[in-house]
Amino acid sequence: MSAPQTKAKTRWHIVVFLAPAVFVYTAVMIYPLFNTLRLSFFDTVDRERIFVGLENFRTLFGNAIWSDQFWNALGNNFWFFVIHMLVQNPIGIALAAILSSPRLRFAALYRTAIFVPTILSFVIVGFAWKLILSPIWGIAPGMLDAIGLKFLYAPWLGKEEYALTTLSLVSVWQFVGIPMMLIYAALLSIPEEILEAGECDGITGLSAFWKIKLPLILPSIGIISILTFVSNFNAFDLIYAAQGALAGPDFSTDILGTFMYRTFFGFQLQLGDPHMGSAIASAMFLIILVGVCLYLFGIQRRLRTYQF
Amino acid sequence: MHTAREKLSTKLGAHGVLILYTLIALFPVFVIVTNSFKTRRAIFRDPLGLPNEESFSLIGYETVMKQGDFFLYFQNSMIVTVASLFFILLFGAMAAFALAEYRFKGNTLMGLYLALGIMIPIRIGTVAILEMMVSTGLVNTLWALILVYTAQGLPLAVFILSEFMKGVSDDLKNAGRIDGLSEYKIFFVLVLPLVRPAMATVAVFNMIPIWNDLWFPLILAPAEETKTLTLGSQVFIGQFVTDWNAVLSALSLAILPVMVLYVIFSRQLIRGITSGAVK
Repeated sequence: MSAPQTKAKTRWHIVVFLAPAVFVYTAVMIYPLFNTLRLSFFDTVDRERIFVGLENFRTLFGNAIWSDQFWNALGNNFWFFVIHMLVQNPIGIALAAILSSPRLRFAALYRTAIFVPTILSFVIVGFAWKLILSPIWGIAPGMLDAIGLKFLYAPWLGKEEYALTTLSLVSVWQFVGIPMMLIYAALLSIPEEILEAGECDGITGLSAFWKIKLPLILPSIGIISILTFVSNFNAFDLIYAAQGALAGPDFSTDILGTFMYRTFFGFQLQLGDPHMGSAIASAMFLIILVGVCLYLFGIQRRLRTYQF
Repeated sequence: MHTAREKLSTKLGAHGVLILYTLIALFPVFVIVTNSFKTRRAIFRDPLGLPNEESFSLIGYETVMKQGDFFLYFQNSMIVTVASLFFILLFGAMAAFALAEYRFKGNTLMGLYLALGIMIPIRIGTVAILEMMVSTGLVNTLWALILVYTAQGLPLAVFILSEFMKGVSDDLKNAGRIDGLSEYKIFFVLVLPLVRPAMATVAVFNMIPIWNDLWFPLILAPAEETKTLTLGSQVFIGQFVTDWNAVLSALSLAILPVMVLYVIFSRQLIRGITSGAVK
């Protein structure tokens, strides 16, 4: 190739190919991201934006009105995440394991049906479950009554102690399809020979799953965990659709996303405050960054990826 | 005999679990859609029954059609989704081609820079995005949404597409160069048609989150004439909380377009996920 010749002049087509993507991405995503971090060091005084250093963060963590809300939202967000990790991912893995069993009939049909909730919007999911669990309509109490468990019923979404767990489970119901699909793909990529070798040694059925398949799909489980983490700490829509911006009852379902929305946009009597909103956004950014770094440098390095 | 029977029972067990979970997954959709066709009395007296001659009613749909501007909302959602997908695919494929095809200074760095956005959600920057849209006058226009979704979709699109483009044969491109095709022609005429399956995967991955998003329509384009279907149904249902017929009909109408899209693209979507495009 005539490398020296092309080196001499600028290859404009590379610039043309890269420019639109880099421009839109930088202008609408990266620049606002850093601008939001920057805005968290400012405040409005007499209609003028002035630099206040760490004042917003001092308010957020030092002023009880703010810090109580922040820690409440963060704690709720952690519980939201824990439920996803403990319920969504195991169910997803179990369903994928069953689906990937050889010569299973209707596998495509089950796969398609179980993925349906994932494609619905949070608005539909939030309201549908709100109606189903509502004591006025009575589908949930009616069904529990039919199997003799009516005493278990409570207006779950209206009780402070249950509301967050109920909404987390609704979100689990919605997103089980994603871990299921990713694990299913990972299970299908395990070569037959390995499983056959295990079979010769008498490892079949469940023990084949625990001893051979599970160690091989650990990297995929790692990816699912970090995806769950990022999407949970950035969640908003389901809580907003089901409980409104106030994340009732009494803020018991408030998570970082709804807290940031209320702060930044305002609601009812509270005026919106973009600078405090930025401060919360910066805190969320830091949490997600720490989580992603822990995964990339702590977990992913230890998981061996097997190349077949 | 013994093992055959054992195999049959594990098979039945597998189907049992899958059927149970399928029912759990579809039950809410079923309840919402069937009840939307019933009279108010039947909705409450027999919520699990199918509509029959006596209980059949379209009153909810009539209310929705009279009150909500669902057709306009639908059109807005359609414009935003299609335009965003177009820009994600066009700009994403162009950038992916540059990264995969040419060796230049900063290639790796540029790839890493574009990949940053895969893990960091764009919502974190909402405060500054809103300020920017207000100052450029784009707030309450569909362009605000299209730009945001394009930026949001680009990182993963570039990542997936450049993996695919590395697989396109060099001989083909060099043959094109010998025939005197420009680099642009090589990209648009030779390479783009070959990566169509990957582009379809990217499109399907982006389509549903864009269609269903509530956050950005709520913040950037809440005006009546720019409401998307997701935001529109949220507002409508909020206003009609006590009119169960209308709420159930609105929910069913909101489910309908996504289901249609899903039925059309589900094979593509599932193939995309299982072929490891997101690994």
